[in-house]
Amino acid sequence: MTSTLGQPNVITIAWFAVFIVLSLAITVWAARKTRSTDHFYAAGRTVSALQNGLALAGDYMSAASFLGIAGLVALSGFDGLIYSVGWLVGWPIVMFLIAEPLRNLGRYTFADVVAFRLRQVPVRIAASIGSLAVVSFYLIAQMVGAGNLISLLFGLPYESAVIIVGGVMLAYVLFGGMIATTWVQIVKAVLLLGGASALALLVLARFSFNPLALFEQAATVYGAGVLEPGRLVTDPLDAVSLGLALMLGTAGLPHILMRFYTVPDARTARKSVGYATAFIGFFYLLTFILGFGAMVIIGRDAIASLDPGGNMAAPLLAEGVGGTPFLGFIAAVAFATILAVVAGLTLSGAATLSHDLWVNVFRGGHADEREQLLVAKVATILLATLSIVLGIMFKGQNVAYMVGLAFAIAASANFPALVLSIFWSRLTTAGAQASMLVGTLSTVVLIALSPTIQIDILRNTEAWFPLRNPGLVTIPLAFVVAIGVSLLRPVPLEEERFRLAARRLLLGVE
Amino acid sequence: MSHEPLDVLAAARWRVAIALTVAMMVVYFGFILLVAFNKPLLGTRVAAGLSLGMLLGALVIITAWVLTWIYVRWANTHYDTAIAGMRK
Repeated sequence: MTSTLGQPNVITIAWFAVFIVLSLAITVWAARKTRSTDHFYAAGRTVSALQNGLALAGDYMSAASFLGIAGLVALSGFDGLIYSVGWLVGWPIVMFLIAEPLRNLGRYTFADVVAFRLRQVPVRIAASIGSLAVVSFYLIAQMVGAGNLISLLFGLPYESAVIIVGGVMLAYVLFGGMIATTWVQIVKAVLLLGGASALALLVLARFSFNPLALFEQAATVYGAGVLEPGRLVTDPLDAVSLGLALMLGTAGLPHILMRFYTVPDARTARKSVGYATAFIGFFYLLTFILGFGAMVIIGRDAIASLDPGGNMAAPLLAEGVGGTPFLGFIAAVAFATILAVVAGLTLSGAATLSHDLWVNVFRGGHADEREQLLVAKVATILLATLSIVLGIMFKGQNVAYMVGLAFAIAASANFPALVLSIFWSRLTTAGAQASMLVGTLSTVVLIALSPTIQIDILRNTEAWFPLRNPGLVTIPLAFVVAIGVSLLRPVPLEEERFRLAARRLLLGVE
Repeated sequence: MSHEPLDVLAAARWRVAIALTVAMMVVYFGFILLVAFNKPLLGTRVAAGLSLGMLLGALVIITAWVLTWIYVRWANTHYDTAIAGMRK
């Protein structure tokens, strides 16, 4: 079968244009409503539970999970499914430990919560370092992915693709703030869930709507091994370490945490995580069908010949079962997916730079509304430009590990301090600060010494640190540092203020 | 240990949150450790076209749904009522 993938055609460009026009129209509408920092960072706190659930799903489900996991399942069968499961299990943790306290204690960033009863300046500086590290690595991975994917999907040069994504995303965030970002994420989530469902239905129609018949066919063609655990998980410690980072990292991603400030209260925040978990879980269940569907209907060789990583499995499958019009639609959905994620990331990075660092560190909390908005917009332009530059700088390099790195930092730098500040009365400023700094630093150092960097990228024969993902070491380390430092020098005043925090955590602003 | 209603509620919320977090971790890491240590077991067929590993993988996702649902139900009924009572 010959594919029209990568050749610009009228239908693909039409879908693409429809999405760009629609999302820019949303931005123009949102720009008129964005007048204050509450609008810019938190969409005026008027987002409903269902809307925020969809936006959370839109913020979280990246092109890596849509195209990457479908491709991984298509090429390696069961082993790819291990990822489908891993990407979901952080959401219940967000629900049980984070969402409601965050909504009641903070305003714009997760650092608001950690700093609530501690000293503002040291806590916010440490939290900003962790946040900005997560946002930067995640952004680089997304921008490089965007450049590669868009040049494969539409036949555009890599650099133009990166500049288009950066430019359109800048327009959303700069003019429309959180209102535009939220609606772009909602539109993307609906398109992605709808597109993936339609694709799965078209696949299942060929197997009398019985998924097991599809899996059986895959086992007949490619051997029973595709339904069984293979070589992906060989080292149990590595598997647990990655699992821990995925699970707790989800609960420490700044752009996800920021979304809980867009709803009116803790009750709505709770319901929105319920919706998000349902949508995201449903989507990862669909990847079972999409992956095996591509394996059987398109064939492994055809998928790997276009892209050895398998990223083109889902688009090829769309073309195979729905022809060029459906391919165009799925390609536009992949583009929308990237835009929604980078917009969320950039907005949360801008909030860290302006709200945490500028307003609360440099200006001691005293900056008027106009100044805050201006600084937020300057920070947005800065981050968007930086992401375009980094995207082009990292062209052709293997950046797959950067998403894992972002999750590991989120799990080690942000999650322990956040959870302890909510639940442990004796956490002190020094404890939180040390934990966030040690969490960030140890993760970056151990990744640099891991087989991923030492063997895969630098081509050394061995690595100093055995685990590919350092979470198993760095997450407990961050907890131990926070608890140890806090117990070593207790601060009674900060412990007393915990009662106030605990009251507000349950009751909200009274 | 004080017995003010707010402390009692905070303790109850903490217990529910920890129990559900532990349940999710046991289920997920149980699955990962089975993948790492007992590949033949997960390769067993439970039906034509379905291995035990695939079934358990799907069940981990369904467990995440169920635990989340349990929490939302508990919070919507017990927790919100208690909070509303305290605000008065």
